[in-house]
Parts: sequence; structure tokens; C-alpha cells
Amino acid sequence: MKKKAILYLNQFFGQIGGEELADHAPEIREGLVGPAMELNKQLGEVAEVTHTIICGDNFMGSRQEEAVEAILGFLEGKEFDIFFAGPAFRAGRYGSACGHISKAVKEKFGVPVISSMNDENPGVEMFKKEMYIFKGGASAAAMRKDVKAMADFGKKILTGETLLPAEEEGYYGRGVRHQVWLESGVPATDRVIDMLLKKIKGEAFQTELPIPPSDLVPIAPAIKDLSKMKIAIATTGGIVPVENPDRIQSASATRWGKYDMTGMDRLEAGVFKTIHAGFDPAAADADPNVIVPLDALRAYEEEGRIGSIHKDFYTTVGTGTTQGEAARMAKEIVEDLKATGVDAVIMTST
Amino acid sequence: MVKEIEKAGFPIVQMANLIPVAKTVGANRMVPTISIPYPLGDPETPKEQQYKLRHHRVGVALEALETEVQEQTVFKVKI
Repeated sequence: MKKKAILYLNQFFGQIGGEELADHAPEIREGLVGPAMELNKQLGEVAEVTHTIICGDNFMGSRQEEAVEAILGFLEGKEFDIFFAGPAFRAGRYGSACGHISKAVKEKFGVPVISSMNDENPGVEMFKKEMYIFKGGASAAAMRKDVKAMADFGKKILTGETLLPAEEEGYYGRGVRHQVWLESGVPATDRVIDMLLKKIKGEAFQTELPIPPSDLVPIAPAIKDLSKMKIAIATTGGIVPVENPDRIQSASATRWGKYDMTGMDRLEAGVFKTIHAGFDPAAADADPNVIVPLDALRAYEEEGRIGSIHKDFYTTVGTGTTQGEAARMAKEIVEDLKATGVDAVIMTST
Repeated sequence: MVKEIEKAGFPIVQMANLIPVAKTVGANRMVPTISIPYPLGDPETPKEQQYKLRHHRVGVALEALETEVQEQTVFKVKI
């Protein structure tokens, strides 16, 4: 008899709609929606997808507990042997959503959970230890390939085939260690001496116990007295003058801008707006201060709580933007911060 | 971005809705906001209330810049 699988999708891949429907509340549908068809096909004779769950990315982002609780409720009493989420490609909120729900499903129902994300998706770092996340493509162009990778591995689990290490299967290492018999049969004592000799000779060798590097930066010391300091505000929320003079991209940004706020008490609607393609712009267009809180900062400046607000705010768009581009833009912004004598920064992210 | 700016020695506080994402990318001082499309003011609420919330959370961000931390820290907000 075929095993049963359930797939989680966001509002876009669940064919509800785009960004304007990212607040879509979770729902479950019998049968196949969007990528569920391909997944069902790839699972072949081993399993069938019985239900598709759809939830808006912002709903999961902002009301996560509520969303997870609702979805676990849908699943209560359903028979299923495996749970899939995504593929999420490079979509950060979607990746994070896939991770949250998969983790909850795994904890509650004890079934294997599988997702797929691009290595630039922040969901990878957040959840790779918790679940199988396959190394996926950057965009939906990789849909078929990514779904196949998830399905193939799912089939292996369901049929009890021997699972290979993460690197060979194609998912991100979870940092889980297993004892295995090596086909070569070379005992550990010989292998370690071989490694040592290679190390002494300065040759490359492969450790059998890789330690994942952690990449945190040293914490900058606190500022004693803000009343003498110049504070800059920066955002990845895409607030720009309405003409978007530097033509910053609405997604996958490679450009940033700085805009003068001299003489302004707040950022006025109609003068500034957001060009961010990753959320409904209505609220920020009506009042840009919800993303660049100049009005509140001016109040603190007035009462002497902070010395001054740097005249320019810095801005770019943080959706689909690669970590590499973000780092490059930040380095350029740093040069400007140094040149203008800024002491500390507030960054708002959407 | 936060990481690069902090690497250059600037104290920086990140105000974000998705705190787990901010943590993962390596922010050290974090203040939560209320949503993705309107981090600092819910358009369903009166203007004064939005401003009050914004003023409070920006205030927490300023306190965060003045606070020495030993590890990644999420600062608590009251409204």
C-alpha cells in the first residue's frame, strides 16, 4: 500500500496570490495544489500526497504560534508517514516558515520532515540542524530538480534504504554523527596516522569529524553617553524618495542609497515611499516612519537624549538580496559612516 | 549588513520582526518590531498609538546601544 505524504506551501506556490496575500491564514486542502503534483509524481509507487497545506509567509512570520497551532490542528487525526515543505529556493520568509512548521510537525507527530532551500536562504542556518534541508536552486526555475531531490530521499526513508552522509545525499549537514563501517575497511588507527602524515607534509586531508564554523562578529562595546553621539539610521525596508533616484531594485538589490533628512521632523508620505517587493507597501507608503522612525528619533534628539541624528538615512531592499551583495553594500556604507563621524547605527529590517 | 557594520566597530542595534533570522545572520543587539510591512506602527490603530509604540521601541533601541552585552541579546519591549 502506498504511504501518505503531506506538503506545506506558501501563498504564492499554493496559488492563492502574491505579496498582497502574504497574510493569508493557514488552510488545508485535500489533494494536490501546485508543486504537490510534481511531488506526487516523483514519489511514484512509494507514496502519494494526500493533502496540501497553504499559509501566507507574513502570517507565519508575524503570527507564528497561531499558524503552527492551526496547522498542527489540521494534521491531528490525519494519517501521514512523511511531511514535506517547499522547496523554498532563496525566499527567506518562506524558508523560515518551512523550517518552523517542519520542526513542529516532526516534534508532534514524529514523522520525517524534508525541505529544500538555496544556500543563501537564512532558513538553512536556522533549521538545518533540525531537519533534512536539501541544497536547492536560487529560484523556481529549479522546481522540478528540487522536488525530485526531496522525493527521492523521502522514498529512501519510507522504504528503509540505507541513508548516506549529508554530503552524498545532497542535504545540508545537520551536525549529527553516525557510526558507520567504511567500505574500504581501513581501521581508524591507520586513517588517523594517514591524516597526520598528510598534515605534516602540508597536504590536504579530510577530517572525519568536521566542526561547523560559527561566524559571529565581536560585539561592539556599548556607548556610554548617547547625548553626545551622532546616530545614523539604516534600513533594508526599501524607503526611498518617491522618484527612487538611484533606481534601487525592488528585489535582489545590488544598490543602496542615502537621502538627506535635514529640516524634516518626519518622513512624509508622498515624499518618501517603499519600493520593497517583499511586502504590501500600503502602510509604509502612507507613513514611511513605520520603517524609518525619524519622528521618534527627532523627539529624542530634541530632548537631548541623543546628540544628533546623522543627516542622511541609508537604505536598500532586503528581499532576495544575497548575503554577498548585502556584505558589499554594508562595507560601502561603513566608509560613509566613518567619513561622516557617525557613532552608532539603528538598522530597521522588514 | 548588521554584521559588516559591527565588524567595522560601530555599535548597531537591529530592529526586526523576524528575530530568529536576525539572530541567525549574526546581529548582537536586537529589538523586536511588530510586523514585516509596518515594523513600527500598526495602521489599524490610531496615529497617536502608533507613534507611542514607535517612540517606545526606538527608545529601547537607544538603551540597547548603551548596554554592554556578552552574547546575542534581544531587548524586551513593553508596547
